[in-house]
Amino acid sequence: MSHENEFKSLVWGAVLLLLAACVPLVANGYWMSIALTIAMFTVLATSWSLFSGPTHYISLATAAFFGVGGYLVGTGMSDYNMDFWTMVAIAPVVGAVLAFLIGIATLRLSGVYFVIFTLGLAEMIRTMVSWIQNNFTGSRGLYVLTDLTEADIYIYLVILAAVVYLAGWWINRSRLGFALRIIGNDETVARHVGINTATSKVILFTFSGFVAALVGALIAPRYTYIEPNGVFSPELSFIVVIMALLGGTGRLWGPIVGVIPFALLQEYINANYSSYSTLVMGIAFLVIVYFLPRGVVGRIEQLLAKRGRSTW
Amino acid sequence: MVATVLSVANATKRFGGLVAVNNLSFEVHQNEVMGIIGPNGSGKTTMMNLISGALRLSEGSVSLDGRFISTLKADQINQRGIARTFQLVRVLPGLSVAENCIAGMVFGHRRLWGDQARYEAGKLLSRVGLSGKETVPVGSLTYIDQKRLELARALASSPKLLLLDEWLAGLNPTELQEGIDLIRSLREEGITIILVEHVMDAIRSLCDRCIVMAAGAKIAEGSPGEVLADPEVVKVYIGEDI
Repeated sequence: MSHENEFKSLVWGAVLLLLAACVPLVANGYWMSIALTIAMFTVLATSWSLFSGPTHYISLATAAFFGVGGYLVGTGMSDYNMDFWTMVAIAPVVGAVLAFLIGIATLRLSGVYFVIFTLGLAEMIRTMVSWIQNNFTGSRGLYVLTDLTEADIYIYLVILAAVVYLAGWWINRSRLGFALRIIGNDETVARHVGINTATSKVILFTFSGFVAALVGALIAPRYTYIEPNGVFSPELSFIVVIMALLGGTGRLWGPIVGVIPFALLQEYINANYSSYSTLVMGIAFLVIVYFLPRGVVGRIEQLLAKRGRSTW
Repeated sequence: MVATVLSVANATKRFGGLVAVNNLSFEVHQNEVMGIIGPNGSGKTTMMNLISGALRLSEGSVSLDGRFISTLKADQINQRGIARTFQLVRVLPGLSVAENCIAGMVFGHRRLWGDQARYEAGKLLSRVGLSGKETVPVGSLTYIDQKRLELARALASSPKLLLLDEWLAGLNPTELQEGIDLIRSLREEGITIILVEHVMDAIRSLCDRCIVMAAGAKIAEGSPGEVLADPEVVKVYIGEDI
């Protein structure tokens, strides 16, 4: 990519983020709540695809990190009388350490084994936290009471999104990003051109765990009442994957292209046909796999490339 | 006295009960092109994998410039200066031709980046005969062009030792001649090369020295003319005299 192009995309990104930050000025309660959901999934899907996009390692552990973030805020505030912001500072560090350990443990797994392992692990953490809650702390739920409004949380998430985009932009043009793309193409070749594949993968996986836990912590006040089965719900991991794949993981701004329509669709389904939400998720998954393997963005680029060739 | 680049001592590799490489020792000297030949299944590619770090030795050692490398991983070995191509060509389909070449020079023995890497890639691609194809999708390259690209990637790290695993296999007669000329030009630049090959013309015209493997063991060593005339070698290739 040329420097001029890079500069252009930076300016565009900044303008769009500023516009996004203005949403609370115009949105009413209902739309604010949808915007918050979109912001949350934008951060989750984008940071997910920083690792899974180039490497093609599909992680279903997002809910584990997100849940750890939310749960730590809940237990810290309810059981230990901690300040919200203290817990927000602690949660992502714990999420990152957890991701680091999972990363180390799954280094030798690839393909479907990696997918299943991350899903199983997320479920194990959920069950463990529930079990500890039930047997030792007495209550199953935790209260997160703050003065924060949805608009406040939304702004925090937009700022976090800006940080994630900047990090992704930096990674994409760094050696680390290049290494991940080579790993995604052929891990054997990657090792034989001098890439320490383990380190590269663990760094990115840790980063995505850090971000997911931070999102879980920041958004905890929205739910007021935190329950392990809620914040660790495996559905969240699947939705993040579907959204990111729908948009396309080939570009940094791909996931958000999937997040916005899918979040709106889900909102519509939940409001009108709430019992069909799982069905919609399944159909969306099939559509992506069969018709949009590279996402909406990948498909558009493919079509543009084809047109470009035929008109020459 | 010519400097020894690579020294393999009593290398043995077992896969369960199968001994793929059996107590093999040899040396490769500076600016030398050494061939490893032998019938299918004699352990040639396994030996290459042991040198490049794709596989771990069961016994014995490999050293580069007098330092043991046999406990290192493939990426560390590449950083010390050994680059390779693969028996079944491995290009990176999701990357451009130029990026495929750059992949070889960023993380390994050389660590270039940015404009300098792009400049070097341009030079290398024209060196192997791929100039003008920098923007072609890798998937639409012909077989020999994919092989050229893999060679460019290996050369990109400016290796002390280059391993070519049947780089000439599967080429048609015209391509084969181009391929042999290309490797000969590398040889004239003084690159040290180990060549696993079935194409005897290539062995005769390119190698200073050969070792012959059969069932994992070395059965002959010497100039291509000598080893190919060795009755033991003839026997493993075409069987016993009647």
